[in-house]
Amino acid sequence: MNYQFNWSVLWSGQTGGWLLQGLLTTLQISLLGWLLAVALGIVSGALRTVPFPPLRWLATFYVEFFRNVPLLVWMFFWYFGVPPLLPEAVRNWLFDHGVEFWAGLCALGVYHGARFSEVIRSGIQSIPKTQFEAAISTGLTVAQSYRLIIIPIALRLIVPPATNESLNLLKNSSVALTIGVAELTFQTRQIETYTAKAFEALAAGTIVYLILCLSIAALMARVEKRFAIPGMIAQGTGD
Amino acid sequence: MDLQVITNNFAFLMQQGFFGIGNFVGGTLRLAVPAMVLGFLLGILIGLARLSRLRWLRWSATVYVEFFRGVPLVMVIFWFWFIIPNLLGKSLPEYSVALTAFVIFEAAYLGEIIRAGIQSVPKGQVEAATATGLARAQMMRWVILPQALRNMLPALVTQFIVLLKDTSLASIIGYVDLTKAAQIVNNREIRPFELYLFIAVIYWLCSYAMSSYARHLEKNLARS
Repeated sequence: MNYQFNWSVLWSGQTGGWLLQGLLTTLQISLLGWLLAVALGIVSGALRTVPFPPLRWLATFYVEFFRNVPLLVWMFFWYFGVPPLLPEAVRNWLFDHGVEFWAGLCALGVYHGARFSEVIRSGIQSIPKTQFEAAISTGLTVAQSYRLIIIPIALRLIVPPATNESLNLLKNSSVALTIGVAELTFQTRQIETYTAKAFEALAAGTIVYLILCLSIAALMARVEKRFAIPGMIAQGTGD
Repeated sequence: MDLQVITNNFAFLMQQGFFGIGNFVGGTLRLAVPAMVLGFLLGILIGLARLSRLRWLRWSATVYVEFFRGVPLVMVIFWFWFIIPNLLGKSLPEYSVALTAFVIFEAAYLGEIIRAGIQSVPKGQVEAATATGLARAQMMRWVILPQALRNMLPALVTQFIVLLKDTSLASIIGYVDLTKAAQIVNNREIRPFELYLFIAVIYWLCSYAMSSYARHLEKNLARS
């Protein structure tokens, strides 16, 4: 291997700023995408268990279609396919305000919403049916028993698989580089292009991802301990 | 909606993009199937290493798994895209780079599935195998692995679905899979909505068929 290492490229000139900007964009798109995904996941995950078939079918269609197609295809779909169908005013606003970020956000949030939905559904289904019956018999409506009893318990049961899924979302935000979102992987590529120091650039990006993922995993392991319901083991901890 | 663009380019999208028969070295299946088989073989080694009695072996397998599970696949593909030419002193075709990256990345996930599968075999089986006088390697080969494989089959099918979807990322380095084929057609026809929706349906059909199969396997397993 004939390669001259030069680690100083990472902090000389603009490169340090690029890395930091990339990290901020990654965090921004992941956090907003996470909020969207969790909202969609809770709504569709709960809808898949309600006793009203048409709503169940709608939620099932959403989940099965969106999670079974690669995220990259969704990126292209939202970025290239959707904007031409929007009204002119909305389109102009989007093109002035970084359309790639919003398209990436939609792709990430809607795709992971479908995956969160499965996590939440398995959480709800692991709650014994008697809990729901008990809630109804105390006089709560269906909506109230979901909001006050079922969902709070389910949220505590799903901490481990939800953590896993959140980390997937964070890692998958790197796919947004394909439509030009200047996130962390995009910036490492840019540093590589400008400095021709691929090894150093990739190593820097990789280490940042590793630190992010490992520290979130460690934090959530503590949360899991704190919120575990005694006597109930969370179901479906797989990937 | 203009479905003409799909019918006109159907042969290219499916033959070249999906199966990999044509002028380019490409194809979603041509990448996903070998990547799964080779990744599985490497995954067995990693799964076994995770359960080894040798501490250094266990430790290095853990580092391997945690490393690749903590880094985005896109990053790993770029690593191989850069490292292989530097190590070999010559550049390799996209296919070899993508295949290497996928095998090594997937092996980390498959290794965890295999480890869980091995751990799901009841301890009594190990004791019985030892009692009949089998050596540790023989016991693994003839008693533990066959039962473990049966238990992990649904998880393996699910992982193959993940892999099939992930192969779309090989298009980033120029490999002509289904996604890249759609991009190529789109550059000429400029009908992104129809084209990307069409390949979404193709991916969906494959994933859905396989996940139904995985559910079927799981039911059979629960019954026996």
